[in-house]
Amino acid sequence: MTTIEKDATSLGSTTPVMTPDLINQVGSGVPSHELSYQEAIREALREEMVRDESVFLLGEDIGVHGGAFGVTRTLFDQFGPERVRNTPISENTIVGAATGAALVGMRPVAEIMFVDFSGLAMDQIANQAAKLRFMTGGQCSVPWVLRMPQGGGAGKSTAAQHSQSLEVWYAHIPGLKVVFPSTPYDAKGLMKAAIRDDNPVIFLEQKFLYSFRGSVPDEDYVLPLSECDVKRTGSDVTVVASGYMVWHAMLAAEILAGEGIDVEVVDVRTVSPLDEDTIGASVRKTGRAVLVAEACRSYGPTGEWGMVVMEHAFDYLQAPIVRVAGRDSPIPFANSIEAGVWPDSQDIVKAVRGVME
Amino acid sequence: MGIDNAAKVEMYRRMVLIREFEIAAMDLFKRGEIKGAVHPYIGQEASGVGVCTALEVEDLIAGTHRSHGHNLAKGARPDRMMAEILGKEAGYCKGRGGSMHIAAFDTGSLGALAVVGSGIPIAVGAALAFQMKGQSHVTVPFTGDAGTNTGNWHEGLNMASTWKLPVVFVLEDNKYGVSTNIRDATNIEDLSIRAKSYGIPGVRVDGFDVLAVYEATVEAVFRARSGDGPTLLVTESYRLEGHYAGEPEVYRERSEVAEKWKHDPIPSFRRILADSGVASSDQLDAVDAAVKAEIVSAVEFAKASPEPDSSTRVDYIYA
Repeated sequence: MTTIEKDATSLGSTTPVMTPDLINQVGSGVPSHELSYQEAIREALREEMVRDESVFLLGEDIGVHGGAFGVTRTLFDQFGPERVRNTPISENTIVGAATGAALVGMRPVAEIMFVDFSGLAMDQIANQAAKLRFMTGGQCSVPWVLRMPQGGGAGKSTAAQHSQSLEVWYAHIPGLKVVFPSTPYDAKGLMKAAIRDDNPVIFLEQKFLYSFRGSVPDEDYVLPLSECDVKRTGSDVTVVASGYMVWHAMLAAEILAGEGIDVEVVDVRTVSPLDEDTIGASVRKTGRAVLVAEACRSYGPTGEWGMVVMEHAFDYLQAPIVRVAGRDSPIPFANSIEAGVWPDSQDIVKAVRGVME
Repeated sequence: MGIDNAAKVEMYRRMVLIREFEIAAMDLFKRGEIKGAVHPYIGQEASGVGVCTALEVEDLIAGTHRSHGHNLAKGARPDRMMAEILGKEAGYCKGRGGSMHIAAFDTGSLGALAVVGSGIPIAVGAALAFQMKGQSHVTVPFTGDAGTNTGNWHEGLNMASTWKLPVVFVLEDNKYGVSTNIRDATNIEDLSIRAKSYGIPGVRVDGFDVLAVYEATVEAVFRARSGDGPTLLVTESYRLEGHYAGEPEVYRERSEVAEKWKHDPIPSFRRILADSGVASSDQLDAVDAAVKAEIVSAVEFAKASPEPDSSTRVDYIYA
């Protein structure tokens, strides 16, 4: 595998503007409504809380305040302080309490304010919740969802302790499922699936996407927790991405279509368990793979996806695999240096052109 | 406190059962038949049995790495316990957990949660579920003295007291966290005063006195079931064996341990039962003999049980 090294100084103000019509997941004629990513998560929570009284929310400032990003806003008014439960600042015990409640029949949805804070809860996530079913020989299950906003976005300036992309921390722990939706449609359908699933599910929300809008069907729907989603079909090169990077990949695909390059975009909306078959099948078809993640490059998701390509499509490769990833750096504060840390559509365009040469 | 003679004899039987189970487990460990580690509960039997006698089946306990005794006190079967620590399919956890992760959910034991302090938040959450569902069950997380220095413990007491959850936090002060004396790891003598910072009762009892532990637990459980919130119950105990079976114990004088053995809670309770006419010496001898036979057959059962089939290696990772 080769790596595209970013040149931070050349990025400047090239960050592209995203438009919702880059991704359409609801067919014409299907009754639907438009929601932001944030509203889609809230709608899923609301509908599941109405459907199942064992579902409740807990976390810091999720009540009247609605959470740091407003996701639970208005739910407190509808369901009250028992089921939209403000907690002390005690990340490990928020998760541990969710586990204990899940063991005796509840379906808690816990919120950690920023994924960066989840290190405080790591024992309860990785040693307890993820392993309890296994190490008790199947005597129990732990049906909780842990919501964690993650990642950054141009101009957000939340810096080193509030901007990381940490999906691989959790994807590395057997027993957990890890979900990372890129669109309102996926966010709603995956949240409903996560709540109904009998395993502990890490639900990562890309902060910059909260305001992104898109259509969701009016009728109840649930998405599978174990599948990649092909967001755009193409024949020349496969771009594998997740979260906000899916949008950059879709924009890059539009730009490249103008150059006669037909890009397929595979969205790893469930990070773990990883749907290797969809990635493998796509690269066997296109013969080229560009892997894109916001997370740090070293030991990041792109390394894992690259090995999946090697194992499933090596004989079909017409070019070296290329990864486009976040720098191995803490996230800086100032706009001028923050901007160069994450990849964008321009980086993807360059990488795709490279593998097409 | 209403407890009849039969119940007192049953408390004695469970204490002897734990003692004999641990002696057998240590023996098997030293001969290499048990892999991993065995952390004996010897010396603390009165604490676990006194607490668990005050509980119903539906009440949940959460243990530590040293929880053979907690499980047995709550009603777990010694044969399936022994099979588990020998790594057999017939064990409570089908050989997936072993000594440090043994749980028996059908007896109301969430089992051994072997990262020190980690059972506290889980017990708090189970109590929250009981409260939300309007059930009157309580949860009882055990920890040692060392566990009270974890963030888990302080976060858990704070959350449970804030929400008035039905929890009895049992702190078994056995004086050592591995090799470190609690007096070298905290600035207070009486750990029960930590309850004050959470606005809950802190009760301290002799952890070698099973009836005292029982009575204190009954009171704490009553408070919890009444909706008045948690209690911190400190049982002043002692670990008569090493941290693990075969551990060299370089951190304490032999004389200190010998002095504690003089107060071994099992013969003490036996004397009380005999002297007060609760049970005759012959009756108690019969209890001892029956327990010994039960442990012999538990070991035979465990040894005869098959190990998990290799084809089941990845079972139970996901529901």
